Amino acid sequence: MANWLLAQNLGFRRGGRWLLQGVSLALEPGFWVLLGPNGAGKSTLLRLLSGEWQPSEGAVRLWGRPIGEYRPGELALQRAFLPQQRSLAFPYTAREVVALGRLPHQKGRPENARDLERIEAALRETRALALAERPYFSLSGGERVRVDLARILAQETPILLLDEPTNHLDPRQQLEVLSLLARRARQGHLVLAALHDLNQAALFADGLLFLREGRLLAQGAPQELLQPALLEAVYGVPFELLEHRGRRLVLPVGEGTPTA
Amino acid sequence: MTPDPRQFQRRRQGLLLALALLLPASLLLGAASGAYYIPPLEIPRVLQQGLEGASVLLNLRFPRVLLAALVGGTLALSGAVLQGLLRTPLAEPGLVGLGLGAAFGAVLWLAFFPLAAWGLPLAAALGVLGVLGLLLRLVGEGEQPGVRLLLMGLLLGSVLSALIGFLQFRVGDPQGRSLTFWTLGSLGGASWELLALTAPLALLSGVLLLGQSRALNALTLGEEEAFHLGISVGALRWRALLLVALGVGAAVGAAGNIAFVGLLVPWLLRALGGADHRFVLPAAWLLGASLTVLADLAARTLFAPAELPVGLLTTLVGGPLFLYLFARGGWRG
Repeated sequence: MANWLLAQNLGFRRGGRWLLQGVSLALEPGFWVLLGPNGAGKSTLLRLLSGEWQPSEGAVRLWGRPIGEYRPGELALQRAFLPQQRSLAFPYTAREVVALGRLPHQKGRPENARDLERIEAALRETRALALAERPYFSLSGGERVRVDLARILAQETPILLLDEPTNHLDPRQQLEVLSLLARRARQGHLVLAALHDLNQAALFADGLLFLREGRLLAQGAPQELLQPALLEAVYGVPFELLEHRGRRLVLPVGEGTPTA
Repeated sequence: MTPDPRQFQRRRQGLLLALALLLPASLLLGAASGAYYIPPLEIPRVLQQGLEGASVLLNLRFPRVLLAALVGGTLALSGAVLQGLLRTPLAEPGLVGLGLGAAFGAVLWLAFFPLAAWGLPLAAALGVLGVLGLLLRLVGEGEQPGVRLLLMGLLLGSVLSALIGFLQFRVGDPQGRSLTFWTLGSLGGASWELLALTAPLALLSGVLLLGQSRALNALTLGEEEAFHLGISVGALRWRALLLVALGVGAAVGAAGNIAFVGLLVPWLLRALGGADHRFVLPAAWLLGASLTVLADLAARTLFAPAELPVGLLTTLVGGPLFLYLFARGGWRG
């Protein structure tokens, strides 16, 4: 099945400004990482691909069908979305937050054994099981990310869209989240995450997508795209390329970078 | 190590059961008490044998306690739904001008159609809808929507109470209800006719609102995430606001603006049993009904034969709680 998620000449305009323009891409199962400076349109692209926002031009197709034709309840069974800014209005426990991920499957019935099992498994997968009965408000930033991530996993969708899921995480937790997402991709999910850390992205991703000023500059395998020239075009700062044990690493070097 | 989640579930079921028992107990106590005391357990016998007091029960007490329960349940449920929709525990129908919007609608209706009492709940509901529409438009998308909503609601409320006062000054109220009735509420006008007028709308709104609990749970995460969980947020908003307007309109049209029931009750329930709307909404109806029956009982017996406006009592309890919550900044503290 080649038509997982397709964007055709996608554009999005708000307040007389194009936040995204002329983006075409085809995504299949795998771990895709969306990179680019702040304001490049990463969140906009994710929201368009999730069906939350309607494009000003072009189209998004999910399984070959225009995404606007899906009802919200149908979409919720196909893709889960982790936004960058998350909030909670009332004092739920962590488990109750994760349980919300089961809503699309329940269609009005109470939680059944399978729901409870999925909630438990998702909490275990993000190592948040010990937090399950704690009030969400009492959790630290990093703990909240794990709970929110468990909610996305509990939704049991083939497609996962995540906007900077490693924010607020320490290095170990970042690794855990990225390897979890990579594992999901190997199991046949389509995972698309916006990230900031180039080297982490290169390490885990199957493919990178570079956005700059609302346009897709490049798309391809990490080892091909980690080129100083391209990175400088994307981020507007020179990069140095380092080779270490056969692995390419990049380092931004600006005017303020101390010399060795 | 972690407590069993089912234990929490059992606790909620226990609370619901206790509340379901509290309501008939409050109704009985409310029916029994008053200037003429009839022991609660004697009530069946009094009715069966048509003893002295049977007509007091049938003509005065029963409609009054039933109306109190209906109005209180509706207001508490509407408050809980409104809080879920606006994503703040600080929304309260009486405070954000909805109650006074309903009162204004009712007074305006009576000014033009003094004899057509049947239109009163609908006119009141239209008043609520008007205030809701105005508030949502005024509050917009800016910073701290909760605070802006409260401030604008309060201001709108004082303008509305002035308008009500003015209308009553110019036109008068064919049913002799005062500004105090509308602003502080009273169940003194209870009768079977009023109950029959109020119940269909209030119950319809209540039953349909109970069905929104899952969608409101999703909305706790925010509108975007509710959408990602499969909720049509726009449709939910319309449906729920319309139902809240019907409920609040019917309740206020019958008993004036009994303030803070809609704030106090959901807050208490979330503290006791957590914030899942599948628990909070039905529990709010039951507890709101019982508390209002008891508050009305206190209002008419504390200084008998004089009668306090029942909203005075609910405000005395709910107002300070609201200040406390507001000072703490909602739930986050």
